[in-house]
Amino acid sequence: MADQFPVAKIIANFNGRVSIDSEVTDMACVVVKPIDLVELCLFLRDNPAFKFNFMTDIGGVDFFPNLPRFQLVYHLYSIDFGWRLRIKCPLEDPPKAPTITEIWTTANWHEREAYDMYGIVFEDHPDLRRIYMWQDFEGWPMRRDFPLRGYKDKYNPFGEEKPGADQDPIGDIL
Amino acid sequence: MGSLTAQYKDSVLFTTSENIINWSRKSSLWPETFGIACCAIEMIAAGCARYDLDRFGVVFRSSPRQSDVMIIAGTVTKKMAPIIRRLYDQMPEPRYVIAMGTCAISGGVYNTYSVVQGSDLFVPVDVHVAGCPPRPDALLHGIVLLQQKITGSRDLKQQV
Repeated sequence: MADQFPVAKIIANFNGRVSIDSEVTDMACVVVKPIDLVELCLFLRDNPAFKFNFMTDIGGVDFFPNLPRFQLVYHLYSIDFGWRLRIKCPLEDPPKAPTITEIWTTANWHEREAYDMYGIVFEDHPDLRRIYMWQDFEGWPMRRDFPLRGYKDKYNPFGEEKPGADQDPIGDIL
Repeated sequence: MGSLTAQYKDSVLFTTSENIINWSRKSSLWPETFGIACCAIEMIAAGCARYDLDRFGVVFRSSPRQSDVMIIAGTVTKKMAPIIRRLYDQMPEPRYVIAMGTCAISGGVYNTYSVVQGSDLFVPVDVHVAGCPPRPDALLHGIVLLQQKITGSRDLKQQV
């Protein structure tokens, strides 16, 4: 099905604001700037020629120390046509992106995950809280400059030394 | 039991109070029903018909108020640790803790930013059961070790 997917239609409709990522070979992949993301998503969902009615996943990428540092990767699926589409959206540092929760409701938690792990701020998101880590956690653990073993505290004696406040989720209860 | 019943019928047995207390405690070790990772699967297997924890008097209870033992069966994240500590605090004394599996003992392979590096950092652990995950036999062994520990305890003497 993938070879019948009319990517050229999308490119033509957006007049140079959307481009094809030719390095990707496994599925159709387009690159878009964050400012055009919402318009592209609405077009893909509502145009009867595409009907991308299922947002499969949102992934964050950190290319540190390369620039642009961050990237969001969206995977869409058209249930009617059986098409898949990948959208890449490069972000500056600090990373900001528009929310697509209004377009696909399921994006709510996916965006919270990207926020929790990479610190990507989704503007106008209805409920942008951490989803995995506890609310008082400091830092963005999936960023490449975050130490894998975290910072040293009472419950993690093997972590790296962190200047300033120590992270103590439990407090002095013992 | 026929001959035994006849032999000991109407007899008086002598023992110490501590022995009676310890015997009753070790014979009804009720663990809390909760598991936090793959070790819980082995714990469930240990509770089912093949290994049958019930024959040791180990019956899973759904409330910390009714429990004697907490089996920490799995990886403890820093987000989960305060909740486990609260469950421990809600248990009536005497209470015991079994750290089941490498993750609960030391954090295991998860030497990362989110995992507590050993559950003895936030609750006092009585028995460590090694394995990844430990087989049901190993958990049974851990419970027997805990029973041995209780047999040797002398609570009345300590209180005087």
